[in-house]
Amino acid sequence: MTLKFPIYMDNHATTPVDPRVLSAMLPYFTETFGNAASRTHAYGWSAEGAVEGARESVARLIGAESGKEIVFTSGATESDNLAIKGVAEYYQSKGNHIVTTTIEHKAVLDSCKRLEKQGFTVTYVNVGADGLINPKDIEAAITDKTILVSVMLANNEVGTIQPLAEIGKITRARGVLLHSDAVQGLGKTPFDVRAMNVDLASLTAHKVYGPKGVGALYVRRSKPRVRLAAQMDGGGHERGNRSGTLNVPGIVGFAKACDILFEEGVVEAERVRGLRDRLYDRITSELDAVVLNGSAEQRLPGNLNISFAFVEGEGLMMAIKDVAVSSGSACTTASLEPSYVLRSMGLEEDMAHSSIRFGLGRFNTEEEVDYVAELVIAKVKRLRDMSPLYEMHKAGIDLKSIQWAAH
Amino acid sequence: MAYSEKVIEHYENPRNVGSLDQDDEAVGTGLVGAPACGDVMRLQIRVNEAGVIEDAKFKTFGCGSAIASSSLATEWIKGKTIDEAATIKNSQIAEELSLPPVKIHCSVLAEDAIKSAIEDFKKKRAAKQALASQ
Repeated sequence: MTLKFPIYMDNHATTPVDPRVLSAMLPYFTETFGNAASRTHAYGWSAEGAVEGARESVARLIGAESGKEIVFTSGATESDNLAIKGVAEYYQSKGNHIVTTTIEHKAVLDSCKRLEKQGFTVTYVNVGADGLINPKDIEAAITDKTILVSVMLANNEVGTIQPLAEIGKITRARGVLLHSDAVQGLGKTPFDVRAMNVDLASLTAHKVYGPKGVGALYVRRSKPRVRLAAQMDGGGHERGNRSGTLNVPGIVGFAKACDILFEEGVVEAERVRGLRDRLYDRITSELDAVVLNGSAEQRLPGNLNISFAFVEGEGLMMAIKDVAVSSGSACTTASLEPSYVLRSMGLEEDMAHSSIRFGLGRFNTEEEVDYVAELVIAKVKRLRDMSPLYEMHKAGIDLKSIQWAAH
Repeated sequence: MAYSEKVIEHYENPRNVGSLDQDDEAVGTGLVGAPACGDVMRLQIRVNEAGVIEDAKFKTFGCGSAIASSSLATEWIKGKTIDEAATIKNSQIAEELSLPPVKIHCSVLAEDAIKSAIEDFKKKRAAKQALASQ
């Protein structure tokens, strides 16, 4: 098999649509194109039937009681906004305090920031050096004013899988709702809303080989029944939770993607984990001063976030432009701060600048992994030969002993 | 981010990578930037009796633009007197490499590295002269 360049290893950012998903979607653009809200004719009924079936597929994958608990949205950013702002608005008479973590996705953090401006208070629980939340810290942050705790299932940068089941026990005992942005972990690590006492969960299709522009919010209907204040006004779709004509082809594709994961997810996770471990083993057998960021055990199977000390991340990405990956370096973003997730873990800024995130997925092959490993090894060696820091490190100079002039 | 052709060319074929003997009295060393900021440049010059830069070497920890800026800086200062080299401005480096606004700091760092290396050399020369006149 010939390799196709650039080799895609950025599956945390998005994934290609699985051909089986695309085939399932196609008829819903041209033949079964009806509006799921049209109650007066067969076109509408067929579309509605497809959407109702899709709810069951999504519900089954996350262990929900019923498809009625699935609210379709435009994606996880909307789901996070709806969950956090919707709960805050509905339950504001009960309390005005929210607990979340410092490593959440911006859709969660910025929704919380918006609420702070409206008079809510938010506690941001920090992670340990391993990128994991300590459930005791969540428990300690809950007050009698707390209405919601929001903790992600798995982190998008370092792939750490959070102890949601333990956190769920705490929130249930304290009578506080638990929301989880489950985007990165869905279908890759066990996730069961009932076993974990999760009350709301944000999901998206495009991270699980489905199309972009469609997602869902799981909203528990019993024990407890969760209520939301809708954030979009209109035709009252999705039981009044989210107005707007349903994206029927997208929803059908999302459901197909969930069905594939339900059938194949466990086997796939093991295969992807094998590829990830192969990449890591190759790289570390040839290079010194390579640091794995985040827990090695509680980690998504496809995630490899590593810092190559003494090499700058963007410079390295330029050298390995045959591979599509991302970096925690500031230089890759408009802001000048390196990754807030890596900083929350207490990583030194220079190591944050040197980090690369490899995200392996369904369509990566062993051949690709071997090619990428060789490329990375060769380029890191070349850049280290050009790095004054590596030369100083080799000469036994402690870089921390030097008075650097910040600029 | 798209890089200019000149940045890519310098990045892929950097001029004058390496080290000069820091303890040599004819060598001036400039080490600027900080690991925490994502760029560190070390630029070294060897200056002859006439005050001409005979050789220049660099090593850089940084992005492609930082590596290209330091490579270009060494290329420009070789053969110049230290006074001529000290007049090189970051804006000239940025213009030559077509650096976008977010990468201007790379050219600033290269200018600082040149100045810092010259200063180090001058300090050494002054110390040597002071020693000789004693």
